Amino acid sequence: MKNTQLETNSRVSMKKTKSLGIGKLVAYIMLILWAFTTIYPLAWVLMNSFKPSNDIILNSFNLPSSFNLMNYKNAFTKMSIGRGYVNSLIISGTVVVFVVLFGGLAAYILARFEFKGKKVIYTALLGSLLFPAFATVVPVFVMLYKMNLINKHVGLILPQVAGNLSFAIIVLMGFMKTIPMELEEAGIVEGCNTWQVYTKIIAPISKSSFATVAIFTFLWSYNDLFLSLIILRTKSVQPINVLLNEISSQYGTDYGLMTAVIAIIIIPVMAVYLAAQQFIIKGLTAGAIKG
Amino acid sequence: MKYYKNKRAIILFLFPAVLFIAVFLYYPFFMSCYKSFFNWDGFATSTFIGFDNYKAMFKDLQVRQAIKNTFFMMFLACAVQVGLGLLLAIIVDHVSKGAKFFKTVYFFPIVISATAIGVMFKLFYAYDGGPLNNLLLRFGKEPVNWLSYEMALGSVSVPIIWQYVGFYFVILLTAINGIPQSLYESAYLDGITGITKTIYITIPLIWDMIKVCLVLAITGSLKVFDMVFVITRGGPMSATELLGTYMYKRTFFDNRFGYGSTIAVFIVFLGIVVSSVVNRVLRSEEITY
Repeated sequence: MKNTQLETNSRVSMKKTKSLGIGKLVAYIMLILWAFTTIYPLAWVLMNSFKPSNDIILNSFNLPSSFNLMNYKNAFTKMSIGRGYVNSLIISGTVVVFVVLFGGLAAYILARFEFKGKKVIYTALLGSLLFPAFATVVPVFVMLYKMNLINKHVGLILPQVAGNLSFAIIVLMGFMKTIPMELEEAGIVEGCNTWQVYTKIIAPISKSSFATVAIFTFLWSYNDLFLSLIILRTKSVQPINVLLNEISSQYGTDYGLMTAVIAIIIIPVMAVYLAAQQFIIKGLTAGAIKG
Repeated sequence: MKYYKNKRAIILFLFPAVLFIAVFLYYPFFMSCYKSFFNWDGFATSTFIGFDNYKAMFKDLQVRQAIKNTFFMMFLACAVQVGLGLLLAIIVDHVSKGAKFFKTVYFFPIVISATAIGVMFKLFYAYDGGPLNNLLLRFGKEPVNWLSYEMALGSVSVPIIWQYVGFYFVILLTAINGIPQSLYESAYLDGITGITKTIYITIPLIWDMIKVCLVLAITGSLKVFDMVFVITRGGPMSATELLGTYMYKRTFFDNRFGYGSTIAVFIVFLGIVVSSVVNRVLRSEEITY
């Protein structure tokens, strides 16, 4: 079936090529132009991060003459980028663990169990996706202040977990509903309790959606500036994004340093992206409603 | 089956997630709505003042500017982000080769933080020695102050719009790929190809997805904060102020927590109103088709 479709498809496009040769050329030119806008800025940053600031001002379009790591050294020694990294990893890593853990448990119940109030909870989950961070941040800040959690990692982790749970539950639920009942029933008949069925049968089968959720949550948390800026005000606890924002307002004229710090933030994300592309594209488009 | 009615399991498994969402999303949301009627500094002062915050907001010239700028962003997001995403999706579908490559590459900016992109564009726009002005100088032109009062909004909107084109591209390409090939075949036999095919077959068939994209673009524009904050902080004057950045400043620079809540509630309200208007307008168009 699929093959015949492909065949007709290629037959149709073959005829098209004859009549629309120039059209196709124009199409490729447009596609490549847009690709250029997404690739070149990143390449520009990377290329210039190896040059001293003066060279960037004079000649930012040339390849670096040597592989100079001075900007990176500055970023780590003078700007304590290393600590920012560690803070980011602690915060985002913890957020991912809790979102995956609590989200998975709730998703399993909502996908399979029958109880009063299930619909209400589901609707409330969908509704919570509509709250922008602006609409919750003021009371959250006051609450955290009263609990003495401002300037502490936990203070940022708590609202970020909450902010990602609804999306995670909806994605995981969607997948768990498609798991055949028979697989689960085998476990139930053998006398497994809910926890055992979940950890031994449901969770392992749902691995790929857990991966989607984990990567999406990590990116969202790692890329956040708004909440981090409000909750973490002392340098020693700030994640890398807040640090970058600060460095750019203080040392914005040191182009070499700026490009190096941007590269430091972007490189791990790009590495993860290129390695786990399909999960990321799936996760981010599925999580469309969130942002 | 009894297994699926185990109350203890239901409560234990649901409890953590429900607690988090209730405490950190629902409670603060309703609290924001409630406190929008208060003169509130977050701590000591909290006096009920009725609609005074709302009245003040509609008289606030900076809010007016922010609303104007926010609508400008919405318009650009719908026209350029979704428009370009659609155009690129149609072209990729048409050329058929290299779809995977373009998907990968167009998605680059989305995974990067708006903060990093913002700082990057701040460098591009730098007056002294920034690459854009360098380029102008090389062609014998005068350097331009990209972040001046007149130009700042346009300059700031470039990275905001640019970042998410790939996102709508992927959504719409997936929708186009979902159109059954048989429909195209019969169209082909009827001699419908090229642009006519796009207008009469592709676009109507993915119309629902385009609508979803437009609503996302609108609500997305209401959420913009990081990029503007990093590049201009809303300035110069209020040239690039958006509702989000202004809400942040009044709340956390001036400790006007009540007023900030009012602006936040207004942002949610605006999101709901504009998306339902767009939905309604586009629905009637679907009927005419």
